[in-house]
Amino acid sequence: MIQVFAFYLFASLVIASGAITILARNPVHSVLWLILAFFNAAGLMVLVGAEFIAMLLVIVYVGAVAVLFLFVVMMLDIDFAELRAGFIQNAPLGVMIALVLLCELVLGVGAWKTGALQLGVASGMAQTPGGLSNTAAIGALLYTRYLFLFEAAGIILLVAMIGAIVLTHRQRSDNRGQNVGRQVARRPDEATVNVKPAVGQGVTL
Amino acid sequence: MIGIEHYVVVSAILFVLGVLGIFLNRKNVIIILMAIELILLSVNLNFVAFSAFLHDLVGQVFAMFVLTVAAGEAAIGLAILVIYFRGRGTIAVDDVNRMKG
Repeated sequence: MIQVFAFYLFASLVIASGAITILARNPVHSVLWLILAFFNAAGLMVLVGAEFIAMLLVIVYVGAVAVLFLFVVMMLDIDFAELRAGFIQNAPLGVMIALVLLCELVLGVGAWKTGALQLGVASGMAQTPGGLSNTAAIGALLYTRYLFLFEAAGIILLVAMIGAIVLTHRQRSDNRGQNVGRQVARRPDEATVNVKPAVGQGVTL
Repeated sequence: MIGIEHYVVVSAILFVLGVLGIFLNRKNVIIILMAIELILLSVNLNFVAFSAFLHDLVGQVFAMFVLTVAAGEAAIGLAILVIYFRGRGTIAVDDVNRMKG
């Protein structure tokens, strides 16, 4: 009973916050509603016993991606009213395409429900082992059968990181960094000079 | 009792919302990127739901890889957005077709 209640709570919240994400006037509000959608999706995943992916969703999306979005939205000085100009104009086409897509999905699910479409059967090679927690089971699978895919995912993240840094890095011409070589090579006799000025006369440096 | 159909319906609605978001906010790249994140979220929800109801962990492992690609895509997309804004002073996607420098 409580599971059904929790499912409908999370499901309605994820759909509502997803809708507000795409309709909100202010992109900062959009990002915050997106974060709420991610939290509720994580709740839906916890309900079916996939705690690891749910926590990963919270950490990766809420902790990293959404904050990155927030950062970019606040960093760029954008006139959002101007960007929203074509909203009503675009609405009919967008709603039409969304309706067509929804009909297709409903038809697909209907075909599956009536038995015209058969779901694949699990191969049994990656069954959830009894007695293991979800995280331990995923770890046992990920570090053995999917080790190379796991490392490929690491390489993808590395390439994405290097790409993002290379793209946004700019050499500023006005910064005066420390030149260690010049500092070390400096000798006392070229750095200081001993003068004996006459009384009443200044020193020209 | 909650079955796989409920999850399929929720993720279908979320997917449609994401596609609708792309078409509604055609000028604002930031919202388009967020709509893509919504689409990926619905796909992940589907993967996890089927994985749980079929008692097969491969779906969850695959959802992790989808998450990886989504994170990389967001990072690269926002980096491109930042340099585009630096060059043009706007992020309207209407005039991205001229690629002069």
